[in-house]
Amino acid sequence: MFVAKRLIAASFVWAASVLAAAAEDPQLFTLDNGMQVVVVEDHRAPVVVQMVWYRVGAADDPAGHSGIAHFLEHLMFKATDSMEEGEFDAVVQANGGSHNAFTSWDYTAYHQRVAADRLPIMMQMEADRMVNLRLDRSDWLPERDVILRERGQTLESNPDRVFAEQMRAALYQNSPYGRPIIGWRHEMEQLTGDIATDFYRVHYAPNNAVLVVAGDVEADEVLALANQYYGPIPAVTDLPTRSRPQEPPQLAERRLIMRDARVGQPYVNRLYLAPNRRPGDQREAAAFQVLAAILGGSSQTSVLERRLTYDEGIAISAWAGYSGAALDSGTFSLGIMPAEGVTLEAAEAALDRVLADFIETGVDMDQLERVRMQIRAAAVYEQDDTADRANTLGLNLVLGLSLQDSEEWLDILESVTPEEVIAAARRLDRRASVTGWLMGAEE
Amino acid sequence: MRLNRLMGATLALALSVAAPAQAIDIEAVTSPAGHQAWLVEEHSIPFVSIEVIFTGGASLDPEGKAGAVSLMTSLLTEGAGDLDAQGYAAALEALAGSVSFSAGRDSVSMTIRALTENRDQVVDLALMALTDAQFSHMSLDRVRAQTIASLERAARNPSTIAQETYSRLGYAGHPYATPVDGTAATVGALTLDDVLAAHRAAFTSDRIVVGAAGDITGPELAAIIDRIAEGLPTADRPLPDYRVFDAAPGVTVVPFDGPQSIIQFGHAGMDADDPDFMPAFVMNEIFGGGGFNSRLMAEIREARGLTYGIYTSLASSRFGDSYVGRFSTGNETAAEAIALVREQFRWLAEGGITQEDLERIQTYMTGAYPLRFDGNESIARILASMQFQNYPLNYVNIRNDLVRAVTLEDIQRVAQRLAQPEALHFVVVGQPEGVESTTP
Repeated sequence: MFVAKRLIAASFVWAASVLAAAAEDPQLFTLDNGMQVVVVEDHRAPVVVQMVWYRVGAADDPAGHSGIAHFLEHLMFKATDSMEEGEFDAVVQANGGSHNAFTSWDYTAYHQRVAADRLPIMMQMEADRMVNLRLDRSDWLPERDVILRERGQTLESNPDRVFAEQMRAALYQNSPYGRPIIGWRHEMEQLTGDIATDFYRVHYAPNNAVLVVAGDVEADEVLALANQYYGPIPAVTDLPTRSRPQEPPQLAERRLIMRDARVGQPYVNRLYLAPNRRPGDQREAAAFQVLAAILGGSSQTSVLERRLTYDEGIAISAWAGYSGAALDSGTFSLGIMPAEGVTLEAAEAALDRVLADFIETGVDMDQLERVRMQIRAAAVYEQDDTADRANTLGLNLVLGLSLQDSEEWLDILESVTPEEVIAAARRLDRRASVTGWLMGAEE
Repeated sequence: MRLNRLMGATLALALSVAAPAQAIDIEAVTSPAGHQAWLVEEHSIPFVSIEVIFTGGASLDPEGKAGAVSLMTSLLTEGAGDLDAQGYAAALEALAGSVSFSAGRDSVSMTIRALTENRDQVVDLALMALTDAQFSHMSLDRVRAQTIASLERAARNPSTIAQETYSRLGYAGHPYATPVDGTAATVGALTLDDVLAAHRAAFTSDRIVVGAAGDITGPELAAIIDRIAEGLPTADRPLPDYRVFDAAPGVTVVPFDGPQSIIQFGHAGMDADDPDFMPAFVMNEIFGGGGFNSRLMAEIREARGLTYGIYTSLASSRFGDSYVGRFSTGNETAAEAIALVREQFRWLAEGGITQEDLERIQTYMTGAYPLRFDGNESIARILASMQFQNYPLNYVNIRNDLVRAVTLEDIQRVAQRLAQPEALHFVVVGQPEGVESTTP
């Protein structure tokens, strides 16, 4: 039910990249117990979004217990000292609200969207389960079946997802980013309520959380409510530091071939290690973001689609993507799905040729202007979505970026020069990459 | 029980708040040429969403030409003015604007999203598609072939079959009897002349309603409305008469291979203008609405596990109404489930709903309502559709009061009037055991 929404995490790339320019500035507070509170006032509609982000995710899963962060996310909807199993859902629903939760490598977040006058009860319940979860009062075993079924349904039944999991596992040689968020099946099968409780006690605390409230609220009132509900929860003094194993220098490119009878259209995908967005140091990440937009941002005008799909007719589609919203490392991807009669080998060669031509020829300035236009427009349009703004802020803060980093990101993106884009393209290093071919069953 | 305590507290909280936290301020704009629009000005974000609804839609398709308005609508952005399909897309991309059209049962809508800095250029492109589409033979052939392919897929979908059979039986001789997108046969026979005639019929200056939200003033919006309207003729094709669903009571089985029976059922509904529409709407939320665990879900799914989901709704459209429901179940349980649905309609008609049910749904509905207004695009769409449905300007701000004002007596009165267990017609698509058609 509460999915490891990796796709959502990926779609945050743009959301993370552009922050409110014209709307009310977010206001940041810190409670005495160390909990960060961000409020975005948006009085256009009597609606509020509450999100609580924890600075813990699948990359913090202890070795051998992959999937525990995500399992705990599911179990957070079970009983607490004062609430019965199922009560959380029932109260949100009775109030006409919607809610969900998601887990990524670096964070776990819980959110509700309700009428603004229903905020206090949402805070009361969210604060309650920050420390009062009682897995000994709940039947956690069926929930383990649920996550195993989730892995079966959303991942194992889909060769694209399995392929992506294998690619990532091959890309990271030492970082826990190579593990699936949902966990490896054989390890998930061994997870228990006790393991989840231990993980919960270590990581769930006000000083390891960011509260985001966005919508039809007054900042001082939210602060008062936050003090009332979250304020009494004591800080944990011995929070673990977030230092995960880092990648060594990568020296050898990796290649994967996966065959699966369910594959309808074979394709090539390549993942590179790339820089991530870092506090006070986002310029390099911005160049990769713009590079991805120019190579693959539009199905009609981007370089890869134009050259490979329209001009040469070699591809059904071609793509590029960048994900830099992560604590330890970003990734850059390129791919091509060949047209009928074109081999994966020929398609990969064409992809590399177009990339080399691009580096040789440089950036088309008209296209860069269109991309800049889209960046500016996305910044504007996304302010229209309160939930998106809450996401962006929560994501930035939980990754350790400051409000200033958030605000500057848009300007940095717009100021990326054609030379920086080409320099980013040159930095894509085959030795720090994995290239995969996903194919149908052998005939 | 804990649950009751907490829900009690929630109710108290909801009742202690006198009014919605923030009323939505809607302006009525009248253009120099006399056209109307509703506007929510919101200047904090430099873009606007504009929703234009042209009343009529697929209901204007002449007999035998089902799908003409829908096909015409798909062709609008396939080349307009001096731009081909790709050039048109690229022009919009350079402005970071969007223009889209969609055909529905009762209307065609045009949705525009534009940054303030280049709003006029995006509106130019929208007008180009609306009034100067190329309608070339080549694009007609291509889009018609795509449409036929998708209709052929839909024709093998049991849910579509159930829905189309239900409409055909209940609205015979009325445009509601045929699908919005037509059938492979009707679309296959459409010519360029039919497309041009559909364009002439569907886009007329006297059947427009407009909603807008965002960074635009009343006078600026008024000028845009006049630009849209001035390029269009006035209506010459009459709107259809109003028709109440009138299939004879009984069962229609449509044989279809597979383990499941897909069932659509219903009878006459209620006109959206009826003074009892709000109590009826609340009643349906309790009985079979999708937003909260309803009576039907409790009885058919939770208590007996006969289905994954069962829903009813007041299908109160512009030119007709029915009270309709749908669910699926195993072929072997179809007869049992149909009997149970009838029994539940009897329960409803005989005053089964309690005060507790009513209060619970009022809390849910008043809480859920504001969530719809989640941005300019949603607001523009809601404003246009409220005018299309003849709601008053202040409806948004009084709607929750109207929900709270519904009493149990209102619910029982309307339930007795609306729920007719013996009038129900069930369309069953599948191989249901022990269920046979009652009508040829």
